[in-house]
Amino acid sequence: MPTSQLDHRLKRQNLLDILFRGLTRFSALAVLTLLLGIILSLVIGSVPAIKEFGWGFLVSSDWNPVTDRYGALVPIVGTLVTASIALLIAIPVSFGIALFLTELSPQWLRRPLGIAIELLAGIPSIIYGMWGLFIFVPFFADHIEPWINDHLGHVPLISPLFTGPNMGISILAAGIILAIMVIPFIASVMRDVFDVVPSMLKESAYGLGATTWEVMYRVVLPYTKIGVVGGIMLGLGRALGETMAVTFVIGNAHRLNASLLYPGNSISSALANEFTEAVGDLYTSSLIELGLILFFITFVVLSLARLLLLKLTQREGR
Amino acid sequence: MNAEPIANPKLIVKNLNFYYGADRALKDINLTIPEKMVTAFIGPSGCGKSTLLRTFNRMYQLYPKQRAEGEILMDGQNLLDKKQDLNTLRAKVGMVFQKPTPFPMSIYDNIAFGVKLYENLSSHEMAERVEWALKKAALWNEVKDKLKQSGTGLSGGQQQRLCIARAIAVKPQVLLLDEPTSALDPISTAHIEKLVDELKKDFTIVIVTHNMQQAARVSDYTAYMYLGDLVEFGDTSTVFTNPKRKETEDYITGRFG
Repeated sequence: MPTSQLDHRLKRQNLLDILFRGLTRFSALAVLTLLLGIILSLVIGSVPAIKEFGWGFLVSSDWNPVTDRYGALVPIVGTLVTASIALLIAIPVSFGIALFLTELSPQWLRRPLGIAIELLAGIPSIIYGMWGLFIFVPFFADHIEPWINDHLGHVPLISPLFTGPNMGISILAAGIILAIMVIPFIASVMRDVFDVVPSMLKESAYGLGATTWEVMYRVVLPYTKIGVVGGIMLGLGRALGETMAVTFVIGNAHRLNASLLYPGNSISSALANEFTEAVGDLYTSSLIELGLILFFITFVVLSLARLLLLKLTQREGR
Repeated sequence: MNAEPIANPKLIVKNLNFYYGADRALKDINLTIPEKMVTAFIGPSGCGKSTLLRTFNRMYQLYPKQRAEGEILMDGQNLLDKKQDLNTLRAKVGMVFQKPTPFPMSIYDNIAFGVKLYENLSSHEMAERVEWALKKAALWNEVKDKLKQSGTGLSGGQQQRLCIARAIAVKPQVLLLDEPTSALDPISTAHIEKLVDELKKDFTIVIVTHNMQQAARVSDYTAYMYLGDLVEFGDTSTVFTNPKRKETEDYITGRFG
């Protein structure tokens, strides 16, 4: 190849490289800009509410469009409680599913089950909401809530949590629907990370005479903890932000109640329900501040997860 | 095939056949492993030496399509018997693998893991057991000040000795070593070989190796396998200096394999 032609080619490749680098840098910066832009607009939008209510917004359970007094306590509590219920149910169930799929299931069942879980993750949330409202909630009201009232409603210490009307629509119902929605996410991440554990590591534990449970719980789980925590965070993220399904079954009541059997509200369903009818600056601004709080909660939760991982690694002795 | 009968057998393999699905990987193996000696399995890749080793603790049973037929007697009991409890079997027959496999926990907990499965020791007794195992594995002096640190932070050779310590901490009778030095540098390999020589005072050791010099150095008895057959078995010096079979001689002198 003559030198001039070679020079030309090199120059072109150089140019392409610069272009490519610029393009990727632009994409990366776009993410940051978007994030900052969203935070900024949320902050600006909530300025009137912040000025009016200050920190009191966070601890007040008022929500009265007539007198124009707003507080975020009910939706904050609702969001945190429903997400916690969801994780409390979803983590052990997902662990069981992943354990079964990777260790115990016969080969022919693995693929169909795996696909079923992925399909479950793909169902739009509005369908979970409809199913929740028309099928799950009536069933919950007729069969489960009476049982909870009868059996858990009299246990000392926890009885305030489990006494209430048998009407189905409740914080607990929302938590359970959320659990069903996040299980496929957590389970499929757990399955994927369990699958990449070297078989020799598992064999060494089996070789010492450990049972499947001991191998999974004491060797595989610590080995995959970063992936597992990641999967749980993915589920938690969805549980905190999920709107449609929760709106259908939580009852959208701005009332604080110790019992999980009463209706409540969550940040995202309050936003979905009330934005269209929010009249007046203060009402809108309070809703935007709710959004900002949700943003903040998600951020804190992610940071806590990082911290937890750090602690786990330290305890392992590194 | 066995010229002189073995005086103190620990494991007696009788007509052992092994199948991966429809493939027959071991063909009518008959073999006696002597107690408190080192027996080496050598042969080219795919000859079935690791497969044979893995029948002794029934590790193959983790995988649905693998099965063994025949008998393996340990102290008169057939290990392949369906009634044989797997966890008790694996307490008696420990195993160390090709690559170091420390568990993601501290050095101390790595050793204590297996012990806790069978014995309920006080923390004082457990500390003694951990120290005993680490001393046996010639690792104590290197790790005694960092027992709380992660086992995965050690060097490769130290990790493999940790795995040996972990295996002997449950006080097994037989120790299976599946190419234990194949991932290690020469110095670490020398450490492990010296260790094997020490350990045979207390344990019956079976070692699979693709390294013939290693087999010659560490073992008392050697089995040469080829394509699922046990070609020759005898005391190591005879197998290496005066093999009875032409195939063995060819392999050992490097004319093949």
